[in-house]
Amino acid sequence: MKKEIDKKCEKEHPLRSGAQCVVDGLIKEGCEVLFGYPGGAVLDIFNCLYDAPFHFVLSRHEQGAVHMADGFARATGKTGCCLVTSGPGATNTVTGLATAYMDGVPLVCITGQVPLSMIGNDAFQEADVVGITRPVTKHNFLVRSVDELPGIIAQAFYIASTGKPGPVVVDIPKDIQRQMTQEPIPETVQMRAYKPHIEFKQADVQALAEMIGASERPVLYVGGGAIAGEASAELSQLAHRAEIPVCTTLMGMGAFPEDDPLALSMLGMHGSVAANYAVDKCDLLISVGARFDDRVTGKISEFAKHAKVIHIDIDQSAIGKSVRCDLGVVGYIKPVLTALLAILPAKSHKEWVARTQRWKDRFPFSYPASDKVIMPQFVIEQICEVSNGKATIVTDVGQHQMWAAQHFSYTRPRSFLSSGGLGTMGFGLPAAIGAKFACPDDLVVCVTGDGGIQMNFQELVVAVEHKKPVVTVILNNGYLGMVRQWQEMFYGNRYSGVMTGQSNRERLERIELGKEFLPNFVMLAEAHGACAVRIFKPEDVAPTLKTAFESGKSWVIECIVEPEACVFPMIPPGHAVTAMINRTV
Amino acid sequence: MNNIINCLVENEPGVLARIVSMISGRGYNIETLNVAPTQDRKVSKMTMVVPGDAHIIEQVTHQLTKLVNVIEVVNMTNQRHMNRELILVRVASRDHVNRSEIVDLATLFNAKVIAVQEDSVTVQMVGNQDHVSDFLHLFEPYQIMDLSRSGVIAVGREVAAAKPVS
Repeated sequence: MKKEIDKKCEKEHPLRSGAQCVVDGLIKEGCEVLFGYPGGAVLDIFNCLYDAPFHFVLSRHEQGAVHMADGFARATGKTGCCLVTSGPGATNTVTGLATAYMDGVPLVCITGQVPLSMIGNDAFQEADVVGITRPVTKHNFLVRSVDELPGIIAQAFYIASTGKPGPVVVDIPKDIQRQMTQEPIPETVQMRAYKPHIEFKQADVQALAEMIGASERPVLYVGGGAIAGEASAELSQLAHRAEIPVCTTLMGMGAFPEDDPLALSMLGMHGSVAANYAVDKCDLLISVGARFDDRVTGKISEFAKHAKVIHIDIDQSAIGKSVRCDLGVVGYIKPVLTALLAILPAKSHKEWVARTQRWKDRFPFSYPASDKVIMPQFVIEQICEVSNGKATIVTDVGQHQMWAAQHFSYTRPRSFLSSGGLGTMGFGLPAAIGAKFACPDDLVVCVTGDGGIQMNFQELVVAVEHKKPVVTVILNNGYLGMVRQWQEMFYGNRYSGVMTGQSNRERLERIELGKEFLPNFVMLAEAHGACAVRIFKPEDVAPTLKTAFESGKSWVIECIVEPEACVFPMIPPGHAVTAMINRTV
Repeated sequence: MNNIINCLVENEPGVLARIVSMISGRGYNIETLNVAPTQDRKVSKMTMVVPGDAHIIEQVTHQLTKLVNVIEVVNMTNQRHMNRELILVRVASRDHVNRSEIVDLATLFNAKVIAVQEDSVTVQMVGNQDHVSDFLHLFEPYQIMDLSRSGVIAVGREVAAAKPVS
């Protein structure tokens, strides 16, 4: 009799291994591509992947796998998935997790772990992954029984994608992957302490509307939260309804179309003059999903000092964290703005907008033009022009990142993917590959420097072998340019530890002739199966880009650019807008 | 200023580490910490004394609330509440006079002598934060051989504040 019941039960809830629960959980959550790297502690999961309906993509380093999943998530808003082994596999993900955590990117990272009984024994490839990743994840789990595994996978996706999104690690001991369970995948996730469904207060929205009504010089300050919250349409309506100029953070690029007359482009350390002046002179600053990063505010006491400040954010802890707050609205951006639009009367700020327009006309992003040497800013402009502004730009970190933000006109959300918070060099190429997997029909361009590209060059193979063509544009100035710029400006030209190329060295320090390009990026790219070219002349930029964009192949275009170009405008760190340096000729 | 923060958390492995690492990772300090299960075994109450101004405490509260295992965070200092700490102190006593002084002092605080040895007297004292600091202050002139403090615990006074743990 008991046997019969067991059999019936088994029919409804078939006996599955822990490893199978992982794969079934990924399928249930709609995983399309799983990025990762195998190893001893995840062999059972890889065995189940053999029959899985989604793609598995083998990166060449675990950091690359996390950045790929991150790029996938940033390009789509869906949760990125990756799978790595225990010990070094898991520790290699830390930079990727921290990158995603700082920028609020939804990720689920599954790590193998040594068998439960061996934890703490310094077993082969053992690391305290839950301990190591705790400060760089939204949450993490160490699975202690196979019966809780299906629930934990569901919870991981729920936590990663709701509230302020973020990465979640699920650490699964090897023996649990092999044990059997009848526990089904839960239909809904109920968590006792985690309640991401925050209802905003209608009274706050009312107050918000009144403050806009009373304002003469309002500015919208838009961050990555507006993109994560899919609120671009509402934002645009709000800006036009009340005629409010809009500046964006690095993470917010694309949330508001930059060809809109109300767009002031990026604010902050390397932001536009117009955006920074507008924030300085405004009487109302409306922050939408932005967190007042120090690269945005500079000197806190001087930031928007004439303005009342409104913070709209899903994250209560972001409100009033660094800058004073006259009104905090806690809630999801889209419903908050929708409620605001329902009560907000149309208003004109003609004079104020005209004033910001004059700043825009007078101080556009500019640079000293050259017909002899390729200016790095020129390359970005050409990428924009040749792609008709339709490319998805993915960057590494440094000067090229700022130029990519300044000189490309972003008109749609998720078209500029960059490591904003953590500032991770090596992010660009793998994230671009992840974005290409997510949006295979889009033109994905990785803008990088000669420093950043060398941090994860090996991932180029992935783009080639999966026929997911990515065009990588290396702005090679032979320096770690941003550090060099700071050494030039703030350390009396003492260039210390920043020379990556040969050409800027003293003659005697150079190695023998014929090896002036080290590494030889063209040969390196070709060795990875990509097409590659090195260009020196401004007139070669557009035709080369055109060839690459139309080829349907992975390209590496190495542009030898002006070695000592600087990013301007620049507000030195910790200073106010009055200290802005703008040497553009 | 010292703030007493009560934090209801899921009683699961690793939760204490999460809370402590968040607080230290963000550069805040914990002066005392007490953790124990509540009437609901699945829920633990952590009581922390955190020094800092209003801005710091607000940040600590919000950052704690953000943690996935945290059910509720209450700054007890902001509301009517009762707090107590238990201390055990072993004081050197050289002779009868010295011993009776110590016992007298303890009596004034309603503290209890729980052990008497040849060279020492051990006193148990329970009181709120003020009493405890007064008590320790008055014991300073004596030679304290060992001191153990339980950390502050607190409950709210208001009926409404005593939210049922469900």
